[in-house]
Amino acid sequence: MHTYLKNIFEDTGKVTLFTGRFFKEIIKPPFQINEFIRQCYAIGYKSLPLVSITGFIMGLVLTIQSRPTMIQFGAESWLPSMVSLSLVREIAPVITALICAGKIASGIGAELGSMKVTEQIDAMEVSAINPYKYLVVTRILATTLMIPILVLYADLIGVFGGYIGFNVRGSMSMFAYFSEVIEHLDFIDFIPAVIKTFFFGFFIGLIGCYKGFNASSGTASVGIAANEAVVAASLSIFILDMLAVQITDLFF
Amino acid sequence: METKAIISIKNLSKSFGDNEVLKDVNLTVNKGEDLVILGRSGSGKSVTIKCLVGLVEADKGEILVFDTDVTKLKDNELNEIRSRIGFMFQNGALYDSMSVRQNLAFTLKHHTKEVSDEEIEKQIIEALESVGLEDAIDKMPAELSGGMRKRIALARTLIIQPEIILYDEPTSGLDSITSREISELILSVQKKYKTSSIIITHDMACAKLTGNRIMILNEGVIHAEGTYSELEKSTDEWVRSFFI
Ligand SMILES: Nc1ncnc2c1ncn2[C@@H]1O[C@H](COP(=O)(O)OP(=O)(O)OP(=O)(O)O)[C@@H](O)[C@H]1O
Ligand SMILES: [Mg+2]
Repeated sequence: MHTYLKNIFEDTGKVTLFTGRFFKEIIKPPFQINEFIRQCYAIGYKSLPLVSITGFIMGLVLTIQSRPTMIQFGAESWLPSMVSLSLVREIAPVITALICAGKIASGIGAELGSMKVTEQIDAMEVSAINPYKYLVVTRILATTLMIPILVLYADLIGVFGGYIGFNVRGSMSMFAYFSEVIEHLDFIDFIPAVIKTFFFGFFIGLIGCYKGFNASSGTASVGIAANEAVVAASLSIFILDMLAVQITDLFF
Repeated sequence: METKAIISIKNLSKSFGDNEVLKDVNLTVNKGEDLVILGRSGSGKSVTIKCLVGLVEADKGEILVFDTDVTKLKDNELNEIRSRIGFMFQNGALYDSMSVRQNLAFTLKHHTKEVSDEEIEKQIIEALESVGLEDAIDKMPAELSGGMRKRIALARTLIIQPEIILYDEPTSGLDSITSREISELILSVQKKYKTSSIIITHDMACAKLTGNRIMILNEGVIHAEGTYSELEKSTDEWVRSFFI
């Protein structure tokens, strides 16, 4: 118990320093623009298929599952707006972030972990290349920027999934469905949801990099780094989400 | 030969936890000299040269490189020194996500600012030719054999034309013919560019060919020092065991 607590405090301290270094390095030139773009491509574009499938299924399933209840209340016509509201506010951000924690945080953890173990990070350092700047800053920036975009994309696909789900039993034209959705979606529904996804993205990148960068030597630690990155990133998404709900509740 | 020390380590000690790896190590490398370090596996050879470039922080002692104590430098000053040193890692440490060409270009671009693409290409080809691997230019590190990786790592070290080169087992895992070629290359680099080097090796043929002076490290202490022929004649049982 004693060592457990000590580890938690030690880890918290180290993560804080690691984060502090991010903000210090990000403002110092030179900027690794090429690597940043490459990471955006690897993180954003390559996650599209996964996010499309999960987004579509979320919308579809949510609609089909909610329909009986809505019919009981005689509120079937509310189905499109209810589904899209819960998608945009909660389900798409959290599910997409979790999927990305699984795919991206583990990927970064494993990649940087193996670079650490095979001395590639040391090799950069002796070549007078700042590995933190080149590897960590670019990846954290890329996830912070890409996760919100992926989530917005998942919103769209999710609503489309809802449309297909609605038409399994009912019938409504695509145009009618989407105008129904847009009519009931306020801009204000988007803002808190979008803001929190930036934090999700930041933490996915941060945790993946932290775990990878601090992998101990030996190939086994690469697997450990990847695994811990997924667990910690997923957990942090739930905690952040809870905080976000409390804060949104205060202000909106 | 001019006998000006370019590297001078004084009373270097380093422990990892309870594991005392280096105990009061003293060594000097003169300008233009190749120093060979021998020693059993785990005796602290790699740690010694990692201390030299600040990859491992020394617990105690002074490490003078180009007359500057690297243990007391700020990051940017340390980088200044590092850019004049070539470091060849024991396992190559090639960047897995980059092709051979990108590996070399990446290192070169960050080393010399504002160098044209044609110039980079020319130097890459030159460096690869010197290790006899110009065909591998577009391969990924994963597609190379162990020995090829080693030679690419050597090319990557040489491409920045360092004044000091630290080789960590440059010939281990290579066949005897390639080993010999690499040893000769190390020797010719020393002759041609007047570099000073530390060469860690288990390969006595390489030590004999490249070493102006040889040092034997035993459990973090320097056990013996001298030229190849001096050590060969040593009566010390333990030193002799290296020469069988
Ligand atoms: N980063 C590290 N953390 C903890 N211990 C380390 C670290 N690096 C090296 N050591 C320890 O230092 C000792 C010396 O290691 P070193 O790599 O210098 O050996 P070596 O002489 O190069 O051996 P080899 O010929 O096998 O490469 C070993 O006992 C090793 O366990
Ligand atoms: Mg070693």
